[in-house]
Amino acid sequence: MSSDLSEFHVTFFEESFEALDAMETELLELDLGEPDAERVNTIFRGAHSIKGGAGMFGFEELASFTHVMETLLDQVRDGKRSLDEETRDLLLRSVDCLRALTRAQQSGEGLTETGFRDVQAELNAVLEQGAEGETARSPNAPGEGSAGVALGDEPPSPPLAGYHIRFAPYPGMLRSGNEPSRMFRELAGLGELTVTLDERGLPDWDALEPEDCYLAWDLRLEGEISSAQVDEIFEWVEDECELVVEPLASTEPVRTATEERHARPPGTSSEAAGTDPTPARRSAERDPVGVGPKPGAGSTRRGAEPGSIRVGIDKVDALINLVGELVITQSMLSRFRGEFDAAQLADLQEGLSHLEHNTRELQESIMQIRMLPIKFTFSRFPRLVRDLCAKLGKKVDLQLLGERTELDKTVLEKIGDPLVHIVRNSLDHGVEMPEARRKAGKPETGRIVLNAFHEGGNIVIQVTDDGAGVDTERVLAKAIEQGIVEEGERLSEEAIVDLIFHPGFSTAESVSDVSGRGVGMDVVRRNIKELGGSVEIRSQRGLGSTLTIRLPLTLAILDGQLVRVGSETYIVPLVSIVESLQVQAARMNQLAGSREVYRVRAQHIPVIRLAEQFEIEAAGGSEGQGLLVVVETDGVQVGLMVDDLLDQQQVVIKSLEANFQQCDGFSGATILGDGTVALIIDVPGLVEQRLPRSKAERLTLVA
Amino acid sequence: MARILAVDDSKSMRQMVAFALQSDGHEVVTAEDGVDALGVARNEVIDAVVTDINMPNMDGITLVRQLRALENYRFVPLLILTTESGIERKQQGRAAGATGWIVKPFEPEQLRVTVRRVLG
Repeated sequence: MSSDLSEFHVTFFEESFEALDAMETELLELDLGEPDAERVNTIFRGAHSIKGGAGMFGFEELASFTHVMETLLDQVRDGKRSLDEETRDLLLRSVDCLRALTRAQQSGEGLTETGFRDVQAELNAVLEQGAEGETARSPNAPGEGSAGVALGDEPPSPPLAGYHIRFAPYPGMLRSGNEPSRMFRELAGLGELTVTLDERGLPDWDALEPEDCYLAWDLRLEGEISSAQVDEIFEWVEDECELVVEPLASTEPVRTATEERHARPPGTSSEAAGTDPTPARRSAERDPVGVGPKPGAGSTRRGAEPGSIRVGIDKVDALINLVGELVITQSMLSRFRGEFDAAQLADLQEGLSHLEHNTRELQESIMQIRMLPIKFTFSRFPRLVRDLCAKLGKKVDLQLLGERTELDKTVLEKIGDPLVHIVRNSLDHGVEMPEARRKAGKPETGRIVLNAFHEGGNIVIQVTDDGAGVDTERVLAKAIEQGIVEEGERLSEEAIVDLIFHPGFSTAESVSDVSGRGVGMDVVRRNIKELGGSVEIRSQRGLGSTLTIRLPLTLAILDGQLVRVGSETYIVPLVSIVESLQVQAARMNQLAGSREVYRVRAQHIPVIRLAEQFEIEAAGGSEGQGLLVVVETDGVQVGLMVDDLLDQQQVVIKSLEANFQQCDGFSGATILGDGTVALIIDVPGLVEQRLPRSKAERLTLVA
Repeated sequence: MARILAVDDSKSMRQMVAFALQSDGHEVVTAEDGVDALGVARNEVIDAVVTDINMPNMDGITLVRQLRALENYRFVPLLILTTESGIERKQQGRAAGATGWIVKPFEPEQLRVTVRRVLG
């Protein structure tokens, strides 16, 4: 392809992934006995669009793979092939291949995995088996049918000195928007054209239909022109006219392809389709547009793309309204810019209150825009569960609740993988085999429920299964074996169950490739922590487990507690704070290794002096003064010692990574109302840094 | 120069057709299926239409037929731009009243030439 179409790649890839998702959903939901025509159409169109686009951009592998799929789907669509479970499975696998191919194309990296070739071979094999009924026409393979309207089906005849053309349109020819004068202009472009009108066909005025064509022409075209060139001009209307093309020089009229087509009965049979001009020759004649440059050449930038969001018009309109109100408030306040006297104070305060109100509404509205329903992430699970069940030989019913619950786009994208892992885990370790379930008096088919809802300022996602629950004995044994827990330690049920999230922990006898090598749950927890959320698990032996994930609704803003340490101000995320206490010297205790603990009611919790931690001069000076902010993370409570508690306020999180190297202990920064910068404390990170997990756990569990 | 309606359910395809024709100085409006396209055709003055066949809600060939039934579009050039090139399909297109047939993948210049040709 000579022109550079790379700017359209992004849209094409977006569309293709969407189409693939739609295809997958429809394939899954298709009733094989009575396939819904609309569904089949959607599936067909998906492959069709991808093929078309791939052809445009020169993505050869993608185009040819999709072509085979499309051919198969076309047969299904036309009712010439019925769909059985095997074929559906094959098509689902094809969708996977297409995804991989599209991704490879998008990232510009070569396709390393060649599995798609096997699938392609399978597709071809199925096609070869033949459909029921005739295969009248096969959709066009990529690379065929290049330029324009051409249909030249014979090698160009040796150029003669010209032609005599008799052109007599049928009365209705004009109705297809084909204008004789245009054709003549084109002919004139080929050579010397003389036009003679034949108006013998004109009826009486009364009988004249204004839109019909009664005229005919005798044309003489001189020049070194091939008959194919002449044919091309009339190709489209050949059925709607009488056309005779005779070379000027010879005495015998050359039977042109046009005439031959006329001679054939109008309804071309499938046989004719079979003798359709060979693509190779056609392409050879017309400068082959072909399928463009090799995929490598057409590669796009690596995906540091910002991505895009579809926003409902209503949300945009709401924003426009709010900005309008903001403008009104602004002009109200601008009155005070010139002169101001105390009498206007009340007005000013009212204006400022309006401003606060507007700003808050605007902020909420804009956040709303980044929110998407969780069903975009839930949607992959029906397929996942289905495939896993097949692999493991288990039977599971998947229920999705609260699909319309909305959450921030970034959170949505990042929660996908952890969720997948959790569901895999449920299927692998939670739900028992049908046999075992029957013995336990449970229905053979297990149930997994994904439920999402809003609670407080968070979104909660629960994964519940009615499997065997966590085997606490085995977990404890394994933990002791791996040295995570010492023999003889007393742990509550909850604590044992929570061990599942410990790094390196796995009760799998062998590495099942479904759940992976125990790198699972701790990574899940870490990912969720990174999103500012938490995850915990509740389980009952024999009955099942529920995993609860809590995530903030948005990543950009948090509710923070301002604290003063020395002369610096820091922010502690409110969501982590349990309580704040005035320090009483008597309750402070020293442990071996210079760890301090503070007695809170019946518990001793470890203390981190922030002044020490951040190397600031504490204003409080001596021991035993100051405030303790008790925070909780991952089931562990820690006390942060500060000098003073200040306001609570909403804080906009500004990233530090953009400008600085990794800052341990801080998750971001913000600018306060007075213009100073305050660092936001990363509670989980800080705690982990100062108190490696197992020790901390032991400390808090000593009751 | 002319106002052209590009119809295709693929956004990237609409973009490319628009891009190709805009370089010739045409004004291009787009629609994503036959129903959409009919709406546009009814409410605006369109000089030529370039449409795909396989689209949801209403396919391209039906669109051509419906356009031909409209007073103002009886003789407007209606081009079909599709991956298909089988004879049966083309006949369907012709029977519906299409003016021309372009096969995808298309060379932008080819599209421009064809459009120039049918616009006269």
